[in-house]
Parts: sequence; structure tokens; C-alpha cells
Amino acid sequence: MTQQVSAKEPTAEQIAEQKIYSQFGVSDSEYELITSFMGRLPNYTEIGVFSVMWSEHCAYKNSKPLLGRFPTSGPRVLMGPGEGAGIVDIGDNQAVVFKIESHNHPSAVEPYQGAATGVGGIIRDIFSMGARPVALLNSLRFGKLESDRVKYLFEHVVSGIAGYGNCIGIPTVGGEIMFDDSYDGNPLVNAMCVGLIDHDKIQRGVAKGVGNPVFYVGPPTGRDGIHGATFASVELSEESEAKRTAVQVGDPFMEKLVMESCLELIDSGIVLGIQDMGAAGLTCSSAEMASKAGNGLELYLDQVPQREEGMTPYEMMLSESQERMLFVVEPKDEAQAQEIFDRWGVICRKVGKVTDDGRLKLFHHGEVVGDMPVKALVDECPIYRKPSAVPAYYEANACVDTLRYEEVKDLGGALRKVLASPTVASKAWVYNQYDYMVRTSTAVRPGSDAAVVTIHGTRKGLAMTTDCNGRYVYLDPEVGGRIAVSEAARNIVCSGAKPLAITDNLNFGSPEKPEIFWQMERAVDGMAEACRVLDTPVIGGNVSLYNENATGAIYPTPVVGMVGLVEDTDHITTQGFKQEGDAILLLGTTFAELGGSEFQYAVHGVTEGRPPALDLAAEQKLLDAVLAAIRGGLVTSAHDLSEGGLAGALAESCISGKIGANVELASTGLRADVALFSESQSRILLTAKSGQAEELKAAIAASGVPVAIIGTVGGDRLRVTLDGGSVAVLDEAVSELTTVWEDAIPCLMK
Amino acid sequence: MKFAVLVFPGSNCDIDCYKAVEDSLGEPVDYVWHTATDLSAYDCILVPGGFSYGDYLRCGAISRFAPVMAEVAKAAEQGKFVLGICNGFQILTEAGLLPGALRRNMSMKFRCHDTVLKVVNNTTPFTIDYAKDEEIVIPIAHGEGNYYCDEETLASLHANNQIVFQYSDNPNGSVADIAGICNTAGNVVGMMPHPERAVSSLLGSEDGKRMFTSILKTWRDRYDAASIR
Repeated sequence: MTQQVSAKEPTAEQIAEQKIYSQFGVSDSEYELITSFMGRLPNYTEIGVFSVMWSEHCAYKNSKPLLGRFPTSGPRVLMGPGEGAGIVDIGDNQAVVFKIESHNHPSAVEPYQGAATGVGGIIRDIFSMGARPVALLNSLRFGKLESDRVKYLFEHVVSGIAGYGNCIGIPTVGGEIMFDDSYDGNPLVNAMCVGLIDHDKIQRGVAKGVGNPVFYVGPPTGRDGIHGATFASVELSEESEAKRTAVQVGDPFMEKLVMESCLELIDSGIVLGIQDMGAAGLTCSSAEMASKAGNGLELYLDQVPQREEGMTPYEMMLSESQERMLFVVEPKDEAQAQEIFDRWGVICRKVGKVTDDGRLKLFHHGEVVGDMPVKALVDECPIYRKPSAVPAYYEANACVDTLRYEEVKDLGGALRKVLASPTVASKAWVYNQYDYMVRTSTAVRPGSDAAVVTIHGTRKGLAMTTDCNGRYVYLDPEVGGRIAVSEAARNIVCSGAKPLAITDNLNFGSPEKPEIFWQMERAVDGMAEACRVLDTPVIGGNVSLYNENATGAIYPTPVVGMVGLVEDTDHITTQGFKQEGDAILLLGTTFAELGGSEFQYAVHGVTEGRPPALDLAAEQKLLDAVLAAIRGGLVTSAHDLSEGGLAGALAESCISGKIGANVELASTGLRADVALFSESQSRILLTAKSGQAEELKAAIAASGVPVAIIGTVGGDRLRVTLDGGSVAVLDEAVSELTTVWEDAIPCLMK
Repeated sequence: MKFAVLVFPGSNCDIDCYKAVEDSLGEPVDYVWHTATDLSAYDCILVPGGFSYGDYLRCGAISRFAPVMAEVAKAAEQGKFVLGICNGFQILTEAGLLPGALRRNMSMKFRCHDTVLKVVNNTTPFTIDYAKDEEIVIPIAHGEGNYYCDEETLASLHANNQIVFQYSDNPNGSVADIAGICNTAGNVVGMMPHPERAVSSLLGSEDGKRMFTSILKTWRDRYDAASIR
């Protein structure tokens, strides 16, 4: 075949001799393997295509063995991992589609565009399945909110998320943010999108039907984002700043038009296969679509709309220009498809053809410029089983006694410190920049345990949350993984919904390091076990590795995005205390567990010891009991105990409800500071009307969950006494706690 | 009574306006494309919020040139009801159907939350179901809702009772706390807050519903009066 070689591109021989492939993250052995699949030396375009298809981002070459440990099926699961997003049945021929994805590396160098395009990418994953996106969430991690750099990243990541989501008109209804030194220089930006679909509208990304035309939809391809997937698969360094060009630029207005026109196209019923161009752009979408159909694909690169003059095949194939899609229809439906895109003012051009030879063939200026076996691109990337080793810090933490700090007597002061900690403090500064109400379905807004979006025309709703406490996962990855899933489920249940399934975003450091791989293995095992017991299969997700820089790796942060079904909007429950006189019930047991707690971090300035234990059987009992009680109409508010423990949860319920509480904790056998700030798991605060408190207590107790009535809602102070004492260990005006909690982030950002 | 909800490229509150009319009034409502050249079938035209044309150049600056806008001007002249919400308000000011302009919020940030509005003028077709000076809760969601007009215009707004809503806690720096205004005839109203987002208790407020019931009531009164004649 003829090889067209651009003047500035090295020849196939030069690539081999000078090991140019190593710049793309391709190892010597991988290069040899590619050469053997090709039967010759790959040219510059081909090695570029292979390098992105074989990157961690696309091939999961370091994480695949671990992902296999997750439960991925269940009676409600209509589509598990492998397509753009997973799908779960919610009855009445309706289904919910959701997925989370990271944009960590781009956001570290170009926070606004990095975050914005992260949102854009996950939205495309949802509508490419044929679903109407109805909500966005995110999970963010930053360093301590003190340095100018962290503030800059935080401010611009939030603006980027707002800029994209607000413009496209999908409400950003929830999420979570934690601040910790371990994320300094390595922020995490994970975006999740939730969509709704009717069963018969579900699409797949397949290039079906030999001879059928392949269409390109969206704005012209430019030179932005070239090698983005490869960039995301290496550690950040000083040179990363120079890779700013690997970050794409988003245009939410264009995506709105692409979304509406693609949904209309899908609705017309003529689409055979459709997929978005995300990571690795045209390369990944074309290769994957061909692979899923067992076919080949020809691409005529001269036909690809181009933003700039003289783009090479290499640049076109590797560009990650945003808001682009690829779809296949039968020739007879071409005109109908074209009409839809013309009406929306969106470029739609025939760029290729489905073939039967199993090869991805690229044509440019009348010549074949690339010819690769699809199977080798998609399925033959070597899978690595990395060595794993127990980190020294984990061994050392076994002997840390988390009660060795002197007892804190000023518990009001400690509570204020915890409430002012940016991780716990009000995130209104953030979510008030997001349009969380557009589409007029948001029944529970950001700031409660989980957001709830109603489904128009039904009495159903979807509860959704993202959760992960990286400190717990760091201290004990297996327990931390279990906690991440369980906490998400607790949040869902506290909102009045039944947990359905999860999507996960595994954010870790470099898998080349045995201690990091150990974290990955253990965390995945913990999550998988929790998913099995709580019956929430993993229907899709994303892996983001190499989240480290010169100062070290991030805390292992496997973020859980969970969706639950509210059967009737009457069940929707929020965390704020509702009415004077309501009884407060504490479910679960408090142990002396300060390891990894917000109290330990905010008051003692350390993260050490073992995290709280978690018994999955007890968790499941708790969740069942609380959901039954909510559905039975016995519960006026529900809030799970997480960062900040009992004191934190009581304060948040008082602040949200704008009302005080009188709490008398009977013999806990614990030090006062431990009783209030321990972060023992599987605990929930409920309130009930005074006349129904005993009934609620009996119902909970009957299901085998420890429960106590600990106080009453009312007044304007949060007052807590311990062990029958008459002197309050905590006695704070709710208005003052509110000020501390609300002002923390705005003050730091001024 | 028949409603039109205009759809520009980038409109994203069109569905919400449509649902609000359908759910609150049960009256017929159509989406009308920005290229439409005939609005004669409609009694009320809703210009919805969103980011028409991506807010490129300036909010509403490109939309005002859409073919449908000439028809909106004609409808306004004929005394039909025109309500611009958020981006719709920006479009109506750009089109010269309402005075003033919307600038970036004083905070320079997008803001989304509930606001308390005072109903200053309850004599427009859109506000007759409210009491004068009544306080209602309607959410905002905008980055450029900072209403501006010069002194002279402000004086005439006051003089002609054209200020329809005022914020009780100004969220964006608007002149005279202005949240919504009308034209001198009162049949064209523009406002930054979103009444279509406040039409059920599940959404947090039902106070916006009465804007829609006001429109229907006014139209029925006129229609009845006309048919008696």
C-alpha cells in the first residue's frame, strides 16, 4: 500500500529506531505486539491510533482484572458496563441511564475547560444511549482551601461545571466536595449524568450492516485535545502545564443543538448505531462501533469537517474536539437524517462506510493512510496484573490509638471547627452557581442527603448522590470501599428511595506502584462486597489512574454515584428538622471510632489509625428498616451520620430546619468528644411526630436495628446532655452555628 | 386561549414554560420555532429562558434578529400578551420591546436560588391575581440579570407604573431592585425570575402559578366583553 508521509512526521522506520512510540506511552513490548498484529511497522498515524486505544483510559489495561470483581447484573439491569452508560429498569417501560466520568488531569492544568468538557462528555454518553439527560451531579476534590492555586482551581472548576450545565439546560442537582492536602496539585473532577429513557428507545454504539454509511455530526474537528487520553494516563509533572493544548475546549450551546438533533434522530427510529466521540475522538468511536458489530470501517478523512487548514490524518484521528457524534443509518434513510440536522443547524456529513473485512481503513487525498485490524485495536491490548504490596503506612496505622489525644472539653468550639471545615461547611457558594432547577423537576435541591428529581406524568422520582470518603479508603481501602457504597445507599434511603445500582469512578495514583495497586485491589473488593450485599450492581464507570505528582499520590478515591427509585413522591424526605415537638431517634450504635474522622482532621490536624468498621448485614437491616418506616409515613426527617458524626448531623438538621433541638444521650460509656464526633457507620437520625415516636421506635427495633429516642426538636439552640447529666456538654445557638457553617467557604474565597 | 412558547437554538426553559401552561391552565400550547413567520393563531407568546445562540455576542443580541421576532413585535402592537422570562426578558430588551438592558450580575457569578419579589403593579394582564405589594417566592437562575436603565428611563418607568416586580433582597445589582417591567401599554412583560419554576409545592413554591391564571383570566374577561359586544 502507499504510505503518505507528511514532511514533519517521522517515518515508520524512524518511529521504530528512535522509539518515538514511547512518547505516546507505548512500551517496547507493546510496540512489538502492535507490529506483529500489523505484520509490518506501523506509520505515524497508526501508532498514534494504537497508542490511544491501548491507553489506560480506553483499554483499562491495568484495571480490567479488578473491574471483573464487581457484580454487574441483576433483575433490573437492562445494560451493564461496556456501552456509553448503564441502564436500570424503573417500571412502566421506563428506565434510568447513568454514568460518572473523570476529567481530573485536564482540570489540573486548565480548570474551567477541563471541568466544562468533563460535563459535556458525560452528557453525550447519556444521550448517545437515546436517553434524555435529566440531571447532573459531580464529585470534586481539592487541596486545603488556603493556597491561591487551590482557590483558583476550585473557583474555575465550579465555573466550568456551571458554564456548561447551565447553558445546556440540565440541572446540576447534587454532588459532594472534600478538601484535603492529598489532593493538592491533583484535583479530582468527576461528573455524573442521569437520563431517562423508554425501553424501546435504547441505542447501542454498533456499526451494523455492511455497506451502510457512517455519519459525522457536530462542529468541525480542530487540533485541540490531541492525545488527551494518553495525557490522562500518565502522572502530572511540570511538563503537564505545557500540555495545556491536550485540553479540549467546550461549547455547551453546540452540544445543546447536537443533543436535541440526535435525540430527534433517535426518536425517528432510523438509527442503527450511534456513539459519541469522547476520549480518543474519531479513533475510539469508529473502532469500537466496528468492533461491537464484528465489522470493519472505512473513514474518508477528506470528508471530515475541519476547523483548520492542512490537518493531517494523525491530527484528525486523535483530536478530541468536543460535541461530536458518529452514527450509522441505512442508505435509504440518509436524507431524513440530513434534514433533521439541517433544521437544527448542525453539521452532518457522511465520512465513512461499514465494511466486512474487520479493518479500520483510513483514506486521505485518495490514498490509504492507515489500515489496522479492529480486533487488535479494541481487544488485544495486553492486560497487566500489577504486583501489589501492603504499604508501610497501613501497617504502622494498626497501632495508632485514636483516643490518645487529650479529651477536648470545649465541644462547642470543636463543633464550630468541624462546621467551618470546608468539607462539612455549606456548599451554597458552589451550588448557587449551578442552575439546579431547570427542567422543573427538582424536588430535593442540593444540600440534603440525596437530590430527588421527579418524573413528569408519574408519581415516581429518582434519588441520586455521589459519595466517597478518601480518608477512610486511605486508612483501610477495603473498609473504605464498603463505606463509600454504604454511605451512598444511606443517603438514597434517607431521601425516601430504594437504591438501584451504582456507577463508580476509581480515582487512584499510579498502578505501577505496588502500594497503590494494593489500594486499588482492596478498595474494589470492599466496594464489590457492599454492592453484592446491598443489591446495587455496578452498571458502568470510569477509571482514573496516575493521579499523583512530585509530592505523592492522592488518597485513593473510588467515588460512588448511586441512583435510587422513589416509588411515590409522598415518600420524599429531607434532612432538616421539621416541627417543634418532633421526637429525635438515633438508629445504630456509636463506638469509639475517630480514625479518619473530620474531627480528627479539623481539631487534631491528623488522619491516622483505622477508619470506622462497617458490618454490611447491619447496614442492610438499617436501610430496610428506615425505608419501610418512611414509606409507612412515620418519618418527618432523615439524615445519615457521616463527616462530623452525631454532633455534625444534629447541627445540619437544625440548620436546615432553622430550629433547635434538645438531646439527652443516655449512658454511652464514651468520652463526650468521642460520643459526639465518632464517625461510626450505619447510623441515621430520624424524627417523628411526638405521637408516633414510640410506634417508629418499635418498628425499627423489631427489625433488629438498635434505636433510641434521644431528644426533641424545638427552641433555637442545639443542646446536648450526656449520661443523665444536667449540664449540657453542647449548648449552641442554631443561628450562630448557621453563620459559621454558611460563611466558611465564602470567607475563604473572598 | 392559545399559547405559543418560542424556541430559539439554545432555549432551555421552553419545556418548563410548556409544562407550566399545560399543568396550571390546561389550555392549548404549541412550541413555535424561531423561523416562524406567523403568530396570528396565538393569544399569548412566551419567550422562554435559556442561552439562545449560546449567549454569544451578548444575551439576546442574536435572537432579536430571528424571523419570529418581527411577529412578536406585531403581536405586541396588537395588544396580545407577551411574556419574556430570563433570557426571554433579555431578548425583549434587545428587540426594543422593553426599555433598558440586562448586565452581568454584580457578583460576576451565575446565581440560582429563591428570591422574594414584591408585586409592585398588579394591574397588568400577568399580575391581576396578586395583591398589590404582595410578597411572593420565585426563583432566579441567571448570570446577567442586573437590570440597567438611565435616570430618565427610570423616571418614566415609575411615572407609567411600568415596574411590575421588585426584589426584596437585590441579588444582582439591578437598578431600583427591578426584577420585572412592562411596556407602557402593559401587555408586554419581561422578568428575570422564573414563574414557570414555581407552579407546584413539590418544586418549593406555587407563587408563580398565579401569573398564568392572571393571563387566562384577563383574556377571558376581554373575550367575554368582546363577545357581548
